[in-house]
Amino acid sequence: MKRSEPGLYDYLPLTSRPAIRWPNGAHVAFWVAPNIEFYELHPPPNMSKNAWVRPNPDVLNYSWRDYGNRAGVWRMIDAMKELGVRGSVSLNVAVCDHHPEIIRRCVELDWELFSHGIYNTRFVLNMSIEQEQIFIRDVIDTIYQASGQKVDGWLSPSVSNNPWTMDLLAENGVTYTCDLFHDDQPMPVRTETGRLCSIPYSLEMNDVIAYTRAMKTPREYGRMIKAQFDQLYAEGEESGMVMCVPLHPYLIGQPHRLEPLLEALDYIKSHDKVWLTTGREIAHWYRDHYYDDAVAHAKILRTSHAPAG
Amino acid sequence: MPLPDEYLVYLRRGYGMDHDFYEWSTWSQRPKITWPDGARVALWVNVVLEQFPLDTEKTPFSVPLGLERPYPDYWNYTLRDYGNRVGCYRLFRMLDNLGIKTSVAMNAALAQSTPFLIQDIIARGYEVIAHGLDMAHLHTNATSEEDEREWIRRSLEMLRRAGANPTGWLSPGQSQSDHTLKLLAEAGLEYCCDWSNDDMPYPFTGPASGLVSLPYPFELSDVYCMGLWHQTAVEFAEQILDRFHALNAEATKESCRVLALTLHASISGQPYRVKPIQEALSAIMKHEGVWSAKPGAILQAVRSQP
Repeated sequence: MKRSEPGLYDYLPLTSRPAIRWPNGAHVAFWVAPNIEFYELHPPPNMSKNAWVRPNPDVLNYSWRDYGNRAGVWRMIDAMKELGVRGSVSLNVAVCDHHPEIIRRCVELDWELFSHGIYNTRFVLNMSIEQEQIFIRDVIDTIYQASGQKVDGWLSPSVSNNPWTMDLLAENGVTYTCDLFHDDQPMPVRTETGRLCSIPYSLEMNDVIAYTRAMKTPREYGRMIKAQFDQLYAEGEESGMVMCVPLHPYLIGQPHRLEPLLEALDYIKSHDKVWLTTGREIAHWYRDHYYDDAVAHAKILRTSHAPAG
Repeated sequence: MPLPDEYLVYLRRGYGMDHDFYEWSTWSQRPKITWPDGARVALWVNVVLEQFPLDTEKTPFSVPLGLERPYPDYWNYTLRDYGNRVGCYRLFRMLDNLGIKTSVAMNAALAQSTPFLIQDIIARGYEVIAHGLDMAHLHTNATSEEDEREWIRRSLEMLRRAGANPTGWLSPGQSQSDHTLKLLAEAGLEYCCDWSNDDMPYPFTGPASGLVSLPYPFELSDVYCMGLWHQTAVEFAEQILDRFHALNAEATKESCRVLALTLHASISGQPYRVKPIQEALSAIMKHEGVWSAKPGAILQAVRSQP
């Protein structure tokens, strides 16, 4: 049966929640999440969502995505390395099989690898719980074998979920999800077992949204990132905020798009109260210091502001 | 209904690509390319000329900025036709004034129906790229291999009869079936521009061996930036220049690069858009280390690398 609400988190208004302090008194925990993806030329059908807008083979769109791995990713990785910004990679784990060179480069640079499913053309929509369990184990095993890393984070391919997905993730030891966009701070996610939290990932700052839906120019995208940062940095003095810039090498790795991003990253780095970090580090810090406080505070709010009657 | 368990089977999950059209290679594994006369960036400007039949069906899919409205869609038909009557000549004049070596990707049906236009293109010394029959003939698996072979043969024959000698191919809407590359190689073509996945040429493999992919960044095309994303011509021109500067910097450090720019006569040929584009191209042409080249010359240069 369908639910009228996600039922995954409590109402915790911005002005009434335990304050967060990041390491070294940072105002903003800043992380960059490149999506390194593999799209199949001939994906199987899923009745809820087409992988491509055109019939297979959709050469135009496939080749655009492939640009990310053939050209864009190398340009992006080199530039981020030069700036000293680590990536937290939202990874279609089949990239470990298809393009292990990319994975080796990320591991070399101490980047985090987290799950973005297996292929960006396979969705959990219409999977049974058992199928989704197999899917999740596959992801966790593949990343471990390729990098020795434990999967902490999860961004579903195409942000597609089943009602039980968060429970399965928590049960499998995942510590954070990027699929919820309800906040600028981490929040506990209600699951049957484990301690899962949501980490702000941001669709607004996502290059896919900025370029292909909001249709911004690269320079405008750079200005948006700076404006987002300025506001969060000011607010973060009171309680630490999270800012994420999600990237896709097939977009940001285009030669005419990289410079405005680098300029924005450089601007962010020039502030001293910034914690340049990864999704995993944010999630662990939050889980270890604030998860329980937030749950307890939400409970107080529920009681003190109980609905009338 | 749950998904069949085959949905969790991944037949091509292994090293390299999930098809046999070309090989995977990393940026650093590519051979270092040099251009003639010590140039760093090859500037390739391609003008696209298209014919949209008024009775174009909306299946198997609609191309961007095609005939989206109900029949008879005079709105879009005439908007696109503007390019072939007015816009292209404005662009040709601009490109000739700047001394830019130009290619024109042209639907064969247009070459047949407008002898004046194709003769003018040939007289200006432009390289003609075969652009399929017309915008209603999209290459997909819904067409049989036999029919598709015939489409390609007819396209080339029509262009040749009109006086052009195309050695390259751009499919209408960059559409391909699983057979297209093989059929293009079989037809004796030398390059194809449908795969927007690189900044440098690379070889197709298997049944398409002999055919080379030339870089065709559709995201820096006027169709996307101005037609679909509604950016201004000034913003489009800024991105052209930014792309040039980025590629030029890379070429200084790594390997020479191609800056490919696609202009559709019906979009970039609008009066208010011409000047910003002209200024960007003029700045690039004045920059040292730029080689204005037609695609055939780029291919030749790649093939003659030591």
